[in-house]
Amino acid sequence: MADLTTNFLGISSPNPYWLASAPPTDKEYNVRRAFEAGWGGVVWKTLGAEGPPVVNVNGPRYGAIYGADRRLLGLNNIELITDRPLEVNLEEMARVKAEYPDRALIASIMVPCEEEAWKAILPRVAETGADGIELNFGCPHGMSERGMGSAVGQVPEYIEMVTRWCKTYYDRPVIVKLTPNITDIRKPAAAARNGGADAVSLINTINSITSVNLDTFSPEPSIDGKGSHGGYCGPAVKPIALSMVSEIARAEATHGMPISGIGGVTTWRDAAEFISLGCGNVQVCTAAMTYGFKIIDELTAGLSEWMDEKGYTSVDQVIGRAVPNVTDWQYLNLNYVAKAKIDQDQCIKCGRCYAACEDTSHQAISMSDDRVFEVMDDECVACNLCVDVCPIEGCITMEPMAAGAVDPRTGKTVQPDYANWTSHPNNPMAKAAE
Amino acid sequence: MAQGQMAPGIVPGRLSSDELTSNFTDLHPPLAPHEAAVAADRCYFCYDAPCVTACPTDIDIPLFIRQIQAGQPQAAGRTILEQNILGGMCARVCPTETLCEEACVREAAEGKPVEIGRLQRYSTDTVMEAGDHPFERAAPTGKTVAVIGAGPAGLACAHRLAMLGHDVVIHECKPKPGGLNEYGIAAYKSTNDFAQAEVDWLLKIGGIAIETGSVLGDTISLDGLVENYDAVFLSIGLAGVNALRAQGTEKDGVRAAVDFISDVRQAEDLAHLPVGRNVVVIGGGMTAVDAAVKSKLLGAEHVTIAYRRGRDAMGASRYEQDLAASHGVRILTNVQPVAVYGNGSAVDIELEYTTTRDGRLEGTGEMIRLPADQVLKAIGQTLEGAPEGLALDGNKIAVTGAGRTSLDGVWAGGDCAAGGEDLTVTAVAEGRDAAMDIHATLVS
Repeated sequence: MADLTTNFLGISSPNPYWLASAPPTDKEYNVRRAFEAGWGGVVWKTLGAEGPPVVNVNGPRYGAIYGADRRLLGLNNIELITDRPLEVNLEEMARVKAEYPDRALIASIMVPCEEEAWKAILPRVAETGADGIELNFGCPHGMSERGMGSAVGQVPEYIEMVTRWCKTYYDRPVIVKLTPNITDIRKPAAAARNGGADAVSLINTINSITSVNLDTFSPEPSIDGKGSHGGYCGPAVKPIALSMVSEIARAEATHGMPISGIGGVTTWRDAAEFISLGCGNVQVCTAAMTYGFKIIDELTAGLSEWMDEKGYTSVDQVIGRAVPNVTDWQYLNLNYVAKAKIDQDQCIKCGRCYAACEDTSHQAISMSDDRVFEVMDDECVACNLCVDVCPIEGCITMEPMAAGAVDPRTGKTVQPDYANWTSHPNNPMAKAAE
Repeated sequence: MAQGQMAPGIVPGRLSSDELTSNFTDLHPPLAPHEAAVAADRCYFCYDAPCVTACPTDIDIPLFIRQIQAGQPQAAGRTILEQNILGGMCARVCPTETLCEEACVREAAEGKPVEIGRLQRYSTDTVMEAGDHPFERAAPTGKTVAVIGAGPAGLACAHRLAMLGHDVVIHECKPKPGGLNEYGIAAYKSTNDFAQAEVDWLLKIGGIAIETGSVLGDTISLDGLVENYDAVFLSIGLAGVNALRAQGTEKDGVRAAVDFISDVRQAEDLAHLPVGRNVVVIGGGMTAVDAAVKSKLLGAEHVTIAYRRGRDAMGASRYEQDLAASHGVRILTNVQPVAVYGNGSAVDIELEYTTTRDGRLEGTGEMIRLPADQVLKAIGQTLEGAPEGLALDGNKIAVTGAGRTSLDGVWAGGDCAAGGEDLTVTAVAEGRDAAMDIHATLVS
């Protein structure tokens, strides 16, 4: 069995799965259940400043997007930070951390963008024995209207400033949680690093309206006939999160900075992908909210199983393994030529590849009277759409052409060497790139 | 009180009313909305879908299933009914396992086709439950058409003609319309008097009158109809039953399976319907399976289907055979009836084993004798009462194109016409297509 113990910023946890700051970590009762179930750590639901707590709506907080059989693919929420008194949360955190010293406990914090506010709360958090803090610069709804959450996360200068205050008044690790509601994720990440952050975590939720009620014309979730954008999360957002994580992992300004990966982690495979793109651990929320804490058994066993198969003995050996393979389009090998190939034994003759190719792509699949579908290599550009729409996994594959063979589409011989756009004769900038 | 399965002879009340009610509920209960959503999500929306090709009425199956996926089962129903006005009944009785569902690519992929039949029922039931009729009549053409027989072909033809603006009179010899939908077909496939409900719903189009008790060759004649109407459509079905070549078939207890099925369909109270303790059904088609399963459901102790060839040659699909077997019906193959014994009433049946030599079926001389107080003949129906002067093709009315007979102005479709399988769905297709041809002829 591979050892799943992780050491993120010096914070040890028995596995790389932390529960993200969200409803599942709002109070002692839930967190105890999570730890009993086997979760490696929690980021406590975001704390606000001392004083009357925030209030939540008293109607639906969540909206959903479903796949087949009502499988939840995406969730959106308009819940705010914790609506319980600060004192209660701090007491509970201290108690839980004392009883579960081997688990990570991180305090998520969101207070106004004023030095005094941070200076006031940080010592109190430190007293709880929490292993570190996470700065919530991500929530896109509600709190952002009051100048907090993503309103901070969208201004790199604010991120840097607040991070610096935290590093001044708090002596344990500081993680900055980033909002994806921004055009270039590298900027806030770099700002966090400049401010002295120990790590970034991402992504927070994405601005979203899940649907519109076509009887009342209210966005969902609807509160008395009106709706507000919420934060989107769940399996649907994973590709966006992976891309943003990879950007930070490979950017010069942020390369090597520890990352806690968040966004649609649902199975062990998702976690392994985040880790391979440079994350030191992952945070989970929607999957737990959909299926309960017991999924941790599959998450840990699955990751361990895969690591055993591959011969990895610790999570550290996986971190960042995919990062060198993330590149810019301009560096992709244009001498690589592939052709789609349909395995006739596996083909069930649904014709989806044909419809997709004929109607929307390159007219590179033929259909016979008896429904035999074949790729025409002289038209196929290897776009992969047929593979993507084929309902049978493995029936259509992309087969690379060997060097020396002639691509019947272009009439050109496949070259063995690597050549990309920067040196391509069609590139007007080619000379400059050399 | 129930007499029990052991009572000798052909007697009613072998099972309690509760048992009978439970036995004759829907074979396939209707899909609930979530079940339908899950079933619909399995459809791949195939290109030039094989299921459509396999459907005699060419229903756009991927489209109607996508409409269910998109939350509009009524629109799905309309897609079905545009092609097949008896889509509700066909959803219940079509041998989908040899038609659309056999062609479904998921059958090839995993042996579990999309449940097209049940999804079709879900859609058409939604339309019918809403109570309104989704089609309107075109402007009146002033033309009148006589349809003979209110079975699936006749009803489909009449509806399409009425929709196109013609006035239609259906002449039906039986007391109720519906044809085999009403008098044939397994009761457990058409519950809650669905056949009549469907006819009532179909007639909402307007412009269709049904005259029951109207018998061709007796109260009406083809010559008279041709003279009084602009066109005539014959959908008279197969009223005759093939004779069983065996000794003793005149004994009490030997009868046509279709008559037995009709009795079951028309029974006010199944507890009063007599059935044998030992029932032997002769034949290998769907009628044989229906009669055998019904006998079993009524409480017969032993029911045997005796078929003269092997299982592969049976007209009933493998699914139907398994249905029979799952109800405890024994399927005996490669046997042919020789004689029915008994003093006035049937007691035993003697069957001879058969073999096929040089393509010909012949007896081996080896005999088997089974107790049989009821013998049901299900060896096929035959055209009976066809008007003089019509050219025949084999034993059926010869047709060319969309049901044109050898007589001008006379079309035919359904089981009485040559070509196509004797299925409800085929009859609907033939009725509909003949209507289009009649329309084209009348307005040209």
